[in-house]
Amino acid sequence: MPNQSDLVQRSVSGGEVLPMERFMRFAHRNARFIFPAPAVIAVALIIVYPVIYTGWMSLQEWFASSLTLPKFIAFANYKQILTGDPRFRDAFFRTLYFTLIAVSAETALGVAMALLFNREFWGRGLVRTLSILPMMATPTAISLVFVMMYHPTLGVMNYLVSLTGLSPFKWTYSSKTALYAIALVDVWEWTPLIMLIALAGLAALPKEPYESALIDGASNLQCFWYITLPLLRPTLIVAILFRSIDALKTFDIIFVMTQGGPSNSSETINILLFNQAFSYFNMGYASSMAVALFAIVMGACLILMKVRRVG
Amino acid sequence: MSHKAFRQLVKTVGFYGLVIIFMLPTVFVFYWMITLSLKPQVEAAGYPPSFFRFSVTFKGYVDVFAKNPFLLYTWNSLVVATGCTVLGLIVGLPCAYSIAHWRQQKLALTILAARIIPGISYLIPWYILFRNLKMVDTYQALILTHLVVGLPIIIWVMIGFFEDIPVELREAALIDGCTDYGAFWRVAVPLVKPGVVATGILSFIFSWNNFLFSVILAGRNTRTLPIAVFNMIGYEEINWGPLAAAATLITLPVIILTLIIQRHIVAGLTFGAVKG
Repeated sequence: MPNQSDLVQRSVSGGEVLPMERFMRFAHRNARFIFPAPAVIAVALIIVYPVIYTGWMSLQEWFASSLTLPKFIAFANYKQILTGDPRFRDAFFRTLYFTLIAVSAETALGVAMALLFNREFWGRGLVRTLSILPMMATPTAISLVFVMMYHPTLGVMNYLVSLTGLSPFKWTYSSKTALYAIALVDVWEWTPLIMLIALAGLAALPKEPYESALIDGASNLQCFWYITLPLLRPTLIVAILFRSIDALKTFDIIFVMTQGGPSNSSETINILLFNQAFSYFNMGYASSMAVALFAIVMGACLILMKVRRVG
Repeated sequence: MSHKAFRQLVKTVGFYGLVIIFMLPTVFVFYWMITLSLKPQVEAAGYPPSFFRFSVTFKGYVDVFAKNPFLLYTWNSLVVATGCTVLGLIVGLPCAYSIAHWRQQKLALTILAARIIPGISYLIPWYILFRNLKMVDTYQALILTHLVVGLPIIIWVMIGFFEDIPVELREAALIDGCTDYGAFWRVAVPLVKPGVVATGILSFIFSWNNFLFSVILAGRNTRTLPIAVFNMIGYEEINWGPLAAAATLITLPVIILTLIIQRHIVAGLTFGAVKG
């Protein structure tokens, strides 16, 4: 087919192929490469290049504040992280712990809410609409509101606690509770995501297993445990996967509310790494932590994918 | 009232009671933010706090604009988020089209990697690069870096929209003498306009909300709203009216935009893995 049109074109232009024509033909033939080209260039520039640079920088010792050039030290940074830096070790376990409590609470609450809301009722649309607001609202602004609500003496949270008869907490102002107070904000923000994903999963479940279970005289709880949960599992794992990836990388709410304090009690890897890079300008060391954080997130992904396949 | 009807009533009341209990925290935080912004200082920091009865003042809002160049910050956020979104759509739409039509799964997965890689690992090289180019505190640096948040979302959500277009339409366009470029621009793009609006708004919100990249790469002239609000915390201490007013002002546009595209939010947040 191209030959025919080529012939016509060539006869019109007197046997010669004009550069413009040649370009058009090239563009036509390679459309599948030209369409994504700008995005590929953008991704290479703003994603691939920085990632490679970070990997390279993690093998150097370099303070961006000094005038000396980076010094190649191979894997010394990694050795330091793994064996010689208790602060990183604490941050590592804190990050995992934070992710574990936040995502577990979100999953339990989100599934409970999805089961509750999985029916037709007046106001269902409003519930859905309200649910997406915490996920989209600017995290900095939300953290700020929680800072005010968590205030030990003037905050509304302690007032609410006092109504129940408990003694007040110091929330983000005490090293004992800071991490939990931050996790609570994360739970407030992201439980709706798990709920909405679980709702979508519930809507897609088949009816037949429930009908036969009903005939066999199964209770509601048995239906949930033996039918709903196993069928919902793949959907839930997707939800948990997305939440875990983001929870491991949590930055905004911690940085705004506590900046890792008091006395490092809420310092996750991300916060420690940020301070290493932009307070101490210890770029090489910070880069190796960035690579470590990436490895942790990747590890979590792989584990969850495996769990999904086994089920 | 019969026994059965009574039980039905109790069930309904109990159900709505649970709905209210579960939705209360969500509503309360927003309610508290807005009411704090309207309370005079004495009542905002008063204890016990007043939930419903308080005097209304706009002093907090006046203070925000009087004490800070808040209009400049808003303008900065607007420029960066719009720039990031427009650039993201220009670059992302053809890419999503191409992935959808030529099944370029590897490319799609590469772009998904951007969702997994911690943002901070881009930030160190960018900081060094933009510092050397004297580009820290410029719109260009912010727009380019915010693209990391916006572009993957645009591409992934748009793949779904382009895949929904029947293949026959594209073939018909090609037979009628359209080039691939014509088929994209005259046939495909007009059909996915709702998707373009939805992903555009998603990308705008994510850029508007971004804190991590801006806190390092924005300076005196390009400071965006989240950074401005973060800086206010130190200065204002417990002068809560202006703080709450600033929080409300940042969140309001996001909420309005979210309401417009609420059907697409879950798809956007899960990269199309779940169609809400």
